[in-house]
Amino acid sequence: MAGPIEQIRNVCALGALQSVVAIQRAIPIIHAGPGCGQKLWSGLSNGNGFQGASYVGGHAVPCSNATEKEVVFGGEDKLRETVENTLKVMDGDLFVVLTGCTSDIVGDDVGEVVRSFKNKGTPIVYVETGGFKGDNYFGHELLWEAIIEQFLEKSDRMEQGLVNVWSVIPYQDPYWTGTLHAIADLLRSIGLKPNIIYGPGEGVASVRKIPSAQFNLLISPWAGLKTVKRLEEKFGTPFFHYPALPIGATESGSFLRSVGSFAGIPVSRVEETIKREEERYYYYVERSADLLFETRFLPGHFVTIADSFYSLGLTRFLINDLGLIPEVQFVTEAVPEEFRPLVETEFARFDEGLVSPVHYGADGATVRDELAKHKFRERPLILGSSWDRVIARELKGYPLSVAMPVSDRLVLSRTYAGYDGALRLTEDIYSVILGSFQ
Amino acid sequence: MAINLNLSEAPIREARLGAITGYNGTLKDLVSRSGCGATINNCERSFSQTSSCSSGCAQTLLANIVDAAIVNHAPIGCAGDTIYHNIANHYGRFYRGQDNRNIQLINTNIEESDTVFGGAEKLRAGILEAWRRFKPKAIFVSTSCASGIIGDDIKGVISDLGEEVPIPVIPVSCEGFRSKVWASGFDAAFHAVLTGIVKPPRRSQPNLVNMVNFRGSAREYITRLFGRLGLEPRFILPFASVEELETISEAAVTATVCTTLGSYIGTALEEQYGVPYVKTIPPHGVAGIEAWLRGIAAAVGKQGEVEELIAEERAATVDDLAEIRRRLDGKTAVLGMGPSYAQSYLGVLEELGITVLHAASWHYDQRYDYGEQPPAILRAAGREEDVTFSVGDQQLFEIGNKLSRVKPDLYFSRHPGSSVWGAKLGITAVPVIDEYTAFGHRGLVNFGYRIIDALTNRHFVTKLAERVTLPYTTWWFEQDPYSFLEQEVI
Repeated sequence: MAGPIEQIRNVCALGALQSVVAIQRAIPIIHAGPGCGQKLWSGLSNGNGFQGASYVGGHAVPCSNATEKEVVFGGEDKLRETVENTLKVMDGDLFVVLTGCTSDIVGDDVGEVVRSFKNKGTPIVYVETGGFKGDNYFGHELLWEAIIEQFLEKSDRMEQGLVNVWSVIPYQDPYWTGTLHAIADLLRSIGLKPNIIYGPGEGVASVRKIPSAQFNLLISPWAGLKTVKRLEEKFGTPFFHYPALPIGATESGSFLRSVGSFAGIPVSRVEETIKREEERYYYYVERSADLLFETRFLPGHFVTIADSFYSLGLTRFLINDLGLIPEVQFVTEAVPEEFRPLVETEFARFDEGLVSPVHYGADGATVRDELAKHKFRERPLILGSSWDRVIARELKGYPLSVAMPVSDRLVLSRTYAGYDGALRLTEDIYSVILGSFQ
Repeated sequence: MAINLNLSEAPIREARLGAITGYNGTLKDLVSRSGCGATINNCERSFSQTSSCSSGCAQTLLANIVDAAIVNHAPIGCAGDTIYHNIANHYGRFYRGQDNRNIQLINTNIEESDTVFGGAEKLRAGILEAWRRFKPKAIFVSTSCASGIIGDDIKGVISDLGEEVPIPVIPVSCEGFRSKVWASGFDAAFHAVLTGIVKPPRRSQPNLVNMVNFRGSAREYITRLFGRLGLEPRFILPFASVEELETISEAAVTATVCTTLGSYIGTALEEQYGVPYVKTIPPHGVAGIEAWLRGIAAAVGKQGEVEELIAEERAATVDDLAEIRRRLDGKTAVLGMGPSYAQSYLGVLEELGITVLHAASWHYDQRYDYGEQPPAILRAAGREEDVTFSVGDQQLFEIGNKLSRVKPDLYFSRHPGSSVWGAKLGITAVPVIDEYTAFGHRGLVNFGYRIIDALTNRHFVTKLAERVTLPYTTWWFEQDPYSFLEQEVI
């Protein structure tokens, strides 16, 4: 039984509605009470990098706005009416009905309602994401299970080089758009054709292409494994799992070599790319070295308070490339037990002196209580959420908001992934330090 | 109908105030058919977009009481809005010079097994944790759709705590599905404060004004105005302390910046403790501030002082207002706001020389808790010209359709996530997010110049509108904006 949570760092399963919003011209239809859409949008998008409503987010999302009547007598009729009229009013290519607590506790037969539209040829799927069922990492995978089972069709040809990219969760990660773009650039740099499902691009057409890919690429410690495994079962598409978000030269090089090898890209092509990218990257790193070595404002030790994507990805970069010392790491999402060993192994892949304690499922109190036990001899670098700026001030640390909720920054196309992303991160970290007193 | 503080929860606005969320007609029609004992029926929609719920409104008030805590008995998503509440918390604390802290809120994280076996244990654990972690002066327990449907006995859990938690622990009934009027959540919060925090007066504080508001940006301005009447404002609920809230029963008068917000607590304090509630139109614009200040002054016997103050404020702003009116003359607008603001701003925009072509109100209370129709709508309906008027719980598809037909110069809206949709249509959108926008003579001048600025450089809006597409079909833009609102049964 999970305990109480102070300072939320993710939302409930219905938060998957933002993953639908992230697919261009896909339209979520919420079958739930009147406040779910507003609260989830507020938490995942507006209060998290101010990501906006986009094409059909925020208060534009169709919703049955369930009342007492639907709770007492069932909400199937209300849902049917909402879907029917959504199809008239809203201009989209894929419709996704997502349920909330009211519908799931009452037990509406949503599948029956949705099938009646699907049978008439409407591109529509449903997913039961009542908030009590789990968090939005869980809801995101439920959404994909629904799209795979109810929408995707087997392709009669495999497109060589086409790679479906599965990684950070849209909106939960405020940097998702830039990050997926950066991953796509890395893949293109070695001759692969990335299929990016979210953000500016092909929208629902990219969803339809999923079954014809050469392979699925999962860049994630654990989230998304169910999805790529299901795709393998259903369409026979193999998957390649790379556990850490590649940030910086070491990890980006390692990523390109391993994905290149899996995809059958000639080693020479991969090595040429890495050489070119590193030369450019190190041109800037060389320029940064004067500041990094010769000023007195150097944080020796760092703390990450983020989900496993970022805790792991940032830790690797800060240790392997920037040469900092990990103090303690917090993984904020509840990593399911079955995946815990996988994540733990990844956090342990450093030289002995560089392995730090990791706390899973951290909330505000975990962070506060654990950090109180540490003695910082210098001002620590604290990469967390906007919640953590308070504790960072108390510790006289340098805070940089990198994880949900990021409410002190506007985030548009910024990313910390890849080579350029690592340069942005270096700029941001040292700008916080230099800006802290002037 | 008097407010009953013996009830365990405030009845929702639909039941208490005849509140509706569906109407299409005109201002005069709405007013005539909902006054003098008449009641207008609500019209349902057969298509709707996601609106907001009571829980958000309750938490937005309670989360910023500086030394209280909230236990949100809900799945984690119901705390999604607390991130925004924390932004408001930091903003408010920063500008008040208070220490830098996060809001004190714990979510009980209701999961699947709790929907089967009940969530009482989790609630108990959450309350104990809130007490251990924050040592607050009071704990509010906000409910959710999930806790309501599974039927957790909130009061039972609280009473079983006994001396383990030696502070008031107060339930706040704000299940989202209970009311379509999110402002019912304000009443839930006030009911909790009135029943769990406020104490009977031990003495009278003849200078104290309970100033019911949200974020309180106009504190200095109000303090100066009230000072001239020998009065001191106490801004509630956000950024007040539990101790300050205990004694609001001792105040000389209760005033509010938003009559939608103030109705429940103002009326209850008047009925229960004899603290007069100022029932004038809200203090926006010239007519608003003057009526409001006179209302406050009348309650404390300062009629002479207030006239002097009003004359000074007028004199200080008369030239600017003339200039603003000259520059805004002939401009047209549509407005979409909560009821108090929609009604009040009909008057404000008229004072600025702007013609309102249509007003949309996020809901409509047919009467306030003290039994009368909202004063601002009566005033607006008393003008010669009628105006089309709609009521909808922020249904953007209706607003977008209406805006595309009416094509006003300006769209004024109040509520996060509404103004951008006007801008996407190429209409200069002026959001009224701060509750003290157009407050008083001087606020009206600032607002006027802000509108002039918005109309002076339209590049951002124009270029945005040229490049974005709205999520609606062409078919929809060819329909009447209220096609999905059921026909009224009269």
